[in-house]
Amino acid sequence: MALATLPFEKPVAELDHRIAELRRMGGPRLENQIRALEDKAEALRDHIFSRLTRWQMVQLSRHPRRPYSLDYISRIFTDFQEFHGDRRFADDESIVAGFARLDDVRVMVIGQQKGRGTKENLRRNFGMPRPEGYRKALRLMKLAERFDRPIITFIDTPGAYPGIGAEERGQSQAIAENLEEMMKLRVPVISTVIGEGGSGGALALGVTDRINMLRYTTYSVITPEGCASILWRDAANADKAAEAMRLTAPDLVKLGIIDEVIDEARGGAHRDPGLTAANVERVINRQLDQLLSMDAETRIADRRAKYRAMGVALEPTREPEERARARTRRRTR
Amino acid sequence: MTWYARSDTGPRKARPEKTQGAAPTESLWLRCEGCDEVILRREVEKNLRVCPRCNHHMRLTGRERIAATLDEGTFEERDADMESDDPLSFKDSKRYRDRVKSTQKATGEKDAFVWGYGSLGGKPVAVGAFVFAFQGGSMGSVVGEKIARMYDGAREERIPCILFSASGGARMQEGILSLMQMAKTCGALAHFREVKQPYISVLTDPTTGGVAASFSMLGDVIIAEPKALVGFAGARVIEQTIRQKLPEGFQRAEFLLTHGMVDMVVPRGELRDKLVTLIDLMAG
Repeated sequence: MALATLPFEKPVAELDHRIAELRRMGGPRLENQIRALEDKAEALRDHIFSRLTRWQMVQLSRHPRRPYSLDYISRIFTDFQEFHGDRRFADDESIVAGFARLDDVRVMVIGQQKGRGTKENLRRNFGMPRPEGYRKALRLMKLAERFDRPIITFIDTPGAYPGIGAEERGQSQAIAENLEEMMKLRVPVISTVIGEGGSGGALALGVTDRINMLRYTTYSVITPEGCASILWRDAANADKAAEAMRLTAPDLVKLGIIDEVIDEARGGAHRDPGLTAANVERVINRQLDQLLSMDAETRIADRRAKYRAMGVALEPTREPEERARARTRRRTR
Repeated sequence: MTWYARSDTGPRKARPEKTQGAAPTESLWLRCEGCDEVILRREVEKNLRVCPRCNHHMRLTGRERIAATLDEGTFEERDADMESDDPLSFKDSKRYRDRVKSTQKATGEKDAFVWGYGSLGGKPVAVGAFVFAFQGGSMGSVVGEKIARMYDGAREERIPCILFSASGGARMQEGILSLMQMAKTCGALAHFREVKQPYISVLTDPTTGGVAASFSMLGDVIIAEPKALVGFAGARVIEQTIRQKLPEGFQRAEFLLTHGMVDMVVPRGELRDKLVTLIDLMAG
């Protein structure tokens, strides 16, 4: 299957294309030539990917062939049982959720789900949840809590859906309630950004004990296009906005927001979903073991303290050590 | 209307007053955005900046709001000197650092939120209000930290908490840190709920984005001012997404009341008495 090519990948794509051509021609004489070209392609890919701009990372996070929540769920979990509906209005298919097994631990898994192709994307609303999606997620988080099951979430949304019905049914109330309720969950909660972490619509699944991001994902307060259209008065400046907002995984480590960057396959998760999923599984398993060894009160207190320390402000009249405490916590690792 | 005293703004009362929508010069007259009539400024101010002709609720500054709410002379501000540190070294056409400086100069405020303690109907409360004129009341680290401290303070003192929202949402120039203020404030709020004291959220024009989608919509009581714009997404974004015109009154206070998202819509002139009664009925 041909992979969609992003503009900055073009030089590698051309080499890949030539390699494919040579393979079609076949013959032992070409083997050496093919191998040389493959080495060249790999080196070029590594070179390009070692110096990606933030805007290129944004493009990768939205790559149409990127693995989505269900792709990770099928590779990481067994016995996934999808549950539907918020019991109030509807089932929102931009969020999938249900009980599943992670090795021998029974968990609740919840993820934002984009669609492949137009038809599925319409059904999944391009991964933009409505209030009923967030309410389904909350219902199932509460269910998980009652049965003492850890919660694993996958974040991948451009943002919560901006529509008339969504506003009528309380989009902001639904997101707000998730933020407060997730803060109080007695079970371990781990979130991983697998594509786009779009604003409050992402955070509504992201108030968790551990936050991870895949290498080529983004997490931001507003889309670069949205930021650019407001601050630069032109969405075409999205690349500048992406740079200024510092929205990549390494940025968020530096800012003390996320816990871990999970490596993707060379050239992005879509080039080897299996390998990428294995990386995710390893990290989640390790974090889960650690969280399960703590009691619920400690987890909740730590979770609250973690978010409480986020942010940077100046207080000229405060004592220096107090001021230091108020600044962004930079966790040692 | 004698309880509204402009001078009652605590230690920083000498600051210049600036209200969004008001004429730049301190003229005797101002034009109401609601009815387009020219009205004596003094008349409007005496009426809590509600147009005496068309009942249009003009925006109040954070300090005006607090003064209009608390018992006269009881406000004690907290964290008055907290200000932004430009954590991303953000720059668009202008440096964020410079934007903050010029907004500070224009508004006489350090950032977009003012909070402190005072009494209301003789009872102690924690109260905070957004300053919309400060970068659209946007929430960055300073606003989030102050709000969290307000909930913490109210929890420690075991007193009711009143918050007046007026904000476009999260502050873009502090990036992800602004987004995380939503989680931080909700965490502090969740902790506050452990004491049996009411949290009253008053939504004023406008309350949108990340501020609506966090503590603002989590009041034990949610009150909105008449015609206040309240919603998650901005009208322009929605119109661009769905490619149709929005219905009349969409995302206004009355629309939210009809859809079950707020408890009551209360005109500004009745708000203080309403708060006193609610606290009396609800507080421990």
